[in-house]
Amino acid sequence: MTGYILRRLIYGIFVLVGVNVLTFALFFFVNSPDDMARAQLGVKRVTPEAVEKWKRERGYDKPLFINEKSSRFERVTDTVFFEKSVKLFAFEFGASDQGRNIGYDISTRMWPSLAVQLPAFIVGLLVYISFALLMAFFRATYIDFWGVVLCVVMMSISTLFYIIGGQFVFGKLWNLVPISGYETGFDAVKFLALPVLIGIIGGIGGSSRWYRTIFLEEISKDYVRTARAKGLPETRVMFRHVLQNAMIPILTGVVVVIPLLFMGALITESFFGIPGLGSYTIDAITQQDFAIVRAMVFLGSVLYIIGLILTDVSYTLVDPRVRFS
Amino acid sequence: MMPFRMVWLWSDLLVWLLVAGVIAFIFYTRARPHLRSPWVRVGRSASGMAAATVLSVFLLIGLLDSVHFRMALPPQDGKRVYSTQVESLLDRAVIVLRLTREKTYSAPLATHLFSKETVQDADGTEMRVYPRLRHGGSHLSNPERDWAGDVATRAFRGLAWALLAWFVSAITVCAVLARNAGVGMEQSWSDIWRGRKAVQWRAILCASAFLCVMAGPLIALAPYYHVFGTDKVGQDVLYQALKSIRTGLVIGTLATLVMLPFALVLGVMAGYFKGMVDDSIQYLYTTLSSIPGVLLIAAAVLMMQVYIENHAEIFPTTEIRADVRLLALCVILGITSWTGLCRLLRGETLKLRELEYIQAAHAFGVSHWRIMMRHIVPNVMHIVMIALVMDFSGLVLAEAVLSYVGVGVDPSMLSFGTMINSARLEMAREPMVWWALAAAFAFMLALVLAANLFADAVRDAYDPRLVVGART
Repeated sequence: MTGYILRRLIYGIFVLVGVNVLTFALFFFVNSPDDMARAQLGVKRVTPEAVEKWKRERGYDKPLFINEKSSRFERVTDTVFFEKSVKLFAFEFGASDQGRNIGYDISTRMWPSLAVQLPAFIVGLLVYISFALLMAFFRATYIDFWGVVLCVVMMSISTLFYIIGGQFVFGKLWNLVPISGYETGFDAVKFLALPVLIGIIGGIGGSSRWYRTIFLEEISKDYVRTARAKGLPETRVMFRHVLQNAMIPILTGVVVVIPLLFMGALITESFFGIPGLGSYTIDAITQQDFAIVRAMVFLGSVLYIIGLILTDVSYTLVDPRVRFS
Repeated sequence: MMPFRMVWLWSDLLVWLLVAGVIAFIFYTRARPHLRSPWVRVGRSASGMAAATVLSVFLLIGLLDSVHFRMALPPQDGKRVYSTQVESLLDRAVIVLRLTREKTYSAPLATHLFSKETVQDADGTEMRVYPRLRHGGSHLSNPERDWAGDVATRAFRGLAWALLAWFVSAITVCAVLARNAGVGMEQSWSDIWRGRKAVQWRAILCASAFLCVMAGPLIALAPYYHVFGTDKVGQDVLYQALKSIRTGLVIGTLATLVMLPFALVLGVMAGYFKGMVDDSIQYLYTTLSSIPGVLLIAAAVLMMQVYIENHAEIFPTTEIRADVRLLALCVILGITSWTGLCRLLRGETLKLRELEYIQAAHAFGVSHWRIMMRHIVPNVMHIVMIALVMDFSGLVLAEAVLSYVGVGVDPSMLSFGTMINSARLEMAREPMVWWALAAAFAFMLALVLAANLFADAVRDAYDPRLVVGART
């Protein structure tokens, strides 16, 4: 088991190196730092001095890979690649292009993100699984048919509609919750209720339908027929046998997103004014703050890879058939 | 000399290339029963055929919007001059919507502006009134009295014409089917209605009846009123929604087209060769898919924006710039989304390569290339087909989100995303301006729902057991 996890970890680090090189190429080869500076300062009417100053202040004036002017280690370390990319592995995110400390921002902003995402994730999972189980239990009846129709319609509606519609109905029409904003502590509940609800509703269509197919696949297996042949009531077959075994494929899709909950939901957070990592990313994109976008890409990949490793581990825990190879 | 000059945008060329490809595919498939059989099953699916009917209307609008040209202006000094404005066939067809600009917001079917303005009376006194619209309901002499009656009669007339058109086409379909089957009209009609034909004509007729009921009053009212109102700069919202359809269709189709070669070549190679090739391809797609999708797209689009800004000289007009940006977005979406399909194809190829007929091909000394092309690729095509139709709706929805984030299509290009983005602040106005959002969401829902239902029908026809498109 330890060896297996270790192998997965090493592979994960390799993948991260790939991500790092890829992001670096994307951000420094497609456009030179000069182009970036000009894009930030306004393309026209910008003096070369202003470009140089912009680059110097942010450390983009160094050579990309090898610094001929420096000696010994600094030939490699005093470069853009080392400063901006390699240091990410130590989670040193550096300063944003606007001069903010990215590492500090991330550490303060991930908690509001989590406060929205975690309840939405847990309650959502319960809702989706119950709804899917309901459809599977009443399979090939009108409940199942209209349930699937509802799912297809709901997954055809844009997330933006759920958010805007939810803000309008609950915030403006019924005045139940404030439209946007955030507070720390217990007061946060009234700000969080609507984003959480919308996060859940937005996922019902796709997830429930997917879980339903998993349940139906499980129901058609031999052991379910055996259980029925032994005379078990249908409820017991469903809850005791089908549900437990269907959890294995559901788990693979679910565990991988758990670490990513920290990253927050981009659109939801920016609409509801929640100071999480999602709105942080969106702000960075609209302000063209490349340093933050680079940091978030790296952070997202790290969390995803942690998720993958967690998935592998949980898989081996719940399914004894899986051996480490 | 022609009174216009064609303008071929890059996306137009690709769209028509795609249409040619689809037509070639249809002819190729028709002659081969084993390829035809899944499509025969699609034809038997009621929801699939109804969705296909709705989709074909969207497709028609999108294709009309993909023929661009510049109209000739009156000749100056004996030389032919063309307008600088690039128009499409759709623009010409709905020219009345394009040219009837109001000053600012006006509600659906309104005759007066949405906001008050100071107007000077004949005797010089100033008044705050809602001014009449320049075009919406301008044919009415007394809007307070005549408005409701006029709207109702026009809508009713449009509805009647649409139903008549539907009735005539239904009779025609029935008659043609009766002739082909060699039965009487009555028998043919009852066959259609009971669903005994090879194609679910009943679903098609029901869907087109629904479309007629929707479109009839719309077409009748549109020349006289702004049926969905106008936006902040007074542009007709219906026109914007119609123009958005092409953007959505282009993104939905071209992005999958970009993704396809990557997924197919790499997936089949990984599964077939195993070993080192498999390892490196797996590494490649794990790396790409480990970056959260939106972030990777955002990063790539940001870089593209900077590139376009710094190389403005390559893109002479706004149309060309917007078009290149649209294509670049498709390429980026394609490159970032091939990993899922690639993984599926790799798995399927791994299974196929162990089968006896592949082993036999090996024993006969058939080359690797030929085995992949002749024996493996045709047998994974069902997965490719399903992925193609399943991804479409997701991409249309993604466009709206990306445009909201600011990494979508060019702001000058009309799309559902830009419509929603520019309309979202209007919800906070008092009283609320809701029509632009409502129109964008309604059109988008119709398009995506039809695409989803059609995709389900295609998936069921090709492989009812396969679970594709389940996103996490």
